[in-house]
Amino acid sequence: MVSLNYNFKTALSGLGTHKTRSALTILGIVIGIAAIILVVSLGRGAQNLILGEIQSIGTKTIAIIPGRQPQGPTDILSTFTDSLKEKDLEELKKKSNVPHLAKIMPIVFGSESAAYGSETYRPTIFGVTELFTKIYDLNPEFGRSFTEDETKSYADVVVLGSKVKDELFGRNDAINEKIRVKGRNLRVIGVLPPKGQFAFFNFDEAAMMPYTTAQQFIFGIKYFHRIVVEANSEENVPQTVEDIKITLRNSHNITDPSKDDFFIETQTDALETVETVTNVLTLFLASVAAISLLVGGVGIMNIMLVSVTERTREIGLRKALGATNKDILIQFLLEAVILTGIGGIIGIIVGGALAFLTSIALTQFAGLAWLFSFPISAAIVGLVVAAVIGLVFGLYPARKASLKSPIEALRYE
Amino acid sequence: MGLIEVKNLQKTYYNDDVATPALDGVSFSIDKGNFVAIMGPSGSGKSTLLHILGFLDKPTGGEYKFNGKNSNDYSEEEIAVVRNEKIGFVFQSFNLLPKTTVLDNVMLPLLYSKFPGKTWKQKAISAIDAVGLSHRINHLSSQLSGGEKQRVAIARALINNPQVIFADEPTGNLDSKSGKAIMEILQELNIRGGHTIILITHETYTAEHAEKIIQLLDGKISKIIDVPKRHSAKDNFVK
Repeated sequence: MVSLNYNFKTALSGLGTHKTRSALTILGIVIGIAAIILVVSLGRGAQNLILGEIQSIGTKTIAIIPGRQPQGPTDILSTFTDSLKEKDLEELKKKSNVPHLAKIMPIVFGSESAAYGSETYRPTIFGVTELFTKIYDLNPEFGRSFTEDETKSYADVVVLGSKVKDELFGRNDAINEKIRVKGRNLRVIGVLPPKGQFAFFNFDEAAMMPYTTAQQFIFGIKYFHRIVVEANSEENVPQTVEDIKITLRNSHNITDPSKDDFFIETQTDALETVETVTNVLTLFLASVAAISLLVGGVGIMNIMLVSVTERTREIGLRKALGATNKDILIQFLLEAVILTGIGGIIGIIVGGALAFLTSIALTQFAGLAWLFSFPISAAIVGLVVAAVIGLVFGLYPARKASLKSPIEALRYE
Repeated sequence: MGLIEVKNLQKTYYNDDVATPALDGVSFSIDKGNFVAIMGPSGSGKSTLLHILGFLDKPTGGEYKFNGKNSNDYSEEEIAVVRNEKIGFVFQSFNLLPKTTVLDNVMLPLLYSKFPGKTWKQKAISAIDAVGLSHRINHLSSQLSGGEKQRVAIARALINNPQVIFADEPTGNLDSKSGKAIMEILQELNIRGGHTIILITHETYTAEHAEKIIQLLDGKISKIIDVPKRHSAKDNFVK
């Protein structure tokens, strides 16, 4: 048996004889591995970005949604019920019912036309309480938010999202101006900073006002579209969810949990969903990229076959000098594995570099808080896959080489 | 007991059901330390014979004993060891690895040997020294003249100190001066080194460097000649 070290040298010199050809051969592997690294890295980046936004809302947040949990994509109507009312809010606020509750805020929302002078815009009206600045970590850039008193007193005040302000007021100051929504004059007391798309909704296109005002004068309803609860700690979220369920069932006289007229979503659920979705997407894209690896592997096999034919005499000579079939097999297999291994390493570097450049571009030009992450696990898997491709697609040519009869091989011209 | 014993050796090639006999009942024996030339016109079967003796090919009939053991009783692994340790080959067309240095070419058989890697370089240097090419050690094989290439090939054949060196028309591609130098080295190896040498040639003059000539014709031995006045590459005659 030949020492591996020397075999390595032999294989390298075999490849070095045809540098251009070797380089072109591994191109398929380079592209395949680079694509996988790029896709996985970008997938991670996107996942981190979305998860980060969800987490910034707070993992202690629990959403109570009226209706039963949708049973499928067409089951939208089930969410539009009026089961959550002021009475529920009062029950949930009681320390004896939900001991770990830190904050609670009802939400009503809907799209309504808003006008200032001749300018009109259709923002999403959010009826909330003064707590929204804390729960969404969203403080006005100009002016102020509304107070608890203003919430209680059905005050005609509104805090505008940056885009709503721009659409209605342009460059002019909006503070203390009045906008008209559903025939009601609302005084602008604050303007939110531009936030961009924030997880699933866009605060730039929102108008925030006391939920009392929104219920009474804008939507004309006596129920909530949602109640947001914040537990006092992340560990207490599951217990709080249970407490909320029991409280609401008592309040709604429900004995059979399958007849619940509300359902609960936690940020943990949302995190898990996002993680699953992005993972599946990344895996899907990576599999598509992996097809090019297969093509690259076939290229390797093709070139190795040519190489074996070209070096027939060399194979005969090595056998005449004492090489066993196994020695020849290992030599050619090693050449294939080194070839794909080098391709894998270059692919990892190229893919990582591309992902890094993309992250810079996304941060600079798209203004996203995109973090570059190098997928080490994908790099390791990529390198192993590349080596395995070398083994698999190198086996046939190497076997062909090893079975050459020395005398036929030496006669070959 | 001879080192090489051949009895009624047959080799027939089959091509689309047409049988072509290359060797047809050849018998002889070669002792350790002999210098034997196999002569004959092309198609006489001399290359086929050399390939069988050198374990590169197998007979289709008869018996070939190497070191007292029937060639059919050698396993594939054992054959590789015999080729590596007991036999050295020198080919007409040199068969050196291109774009490879003299040193690496000579070391090639050591790759497949039992010797530890750290001894290789020293062994190769001695072998290269023995054929007088020390000054070319780091040259690429493609930078050498024909005579120098054949000397590298001899150094490569020598490196594992084999019992037998098979030389297949070693001077066939060389000018007379270089050819003479090669024959001188082979004779040295035979007389001083005690290596058994089996030479294939179609030139009577070259063949007469050996002590015995086996003449082949149409796959049969036509005669075996003991060379009375052996040529010496050094001073025309060996005493």
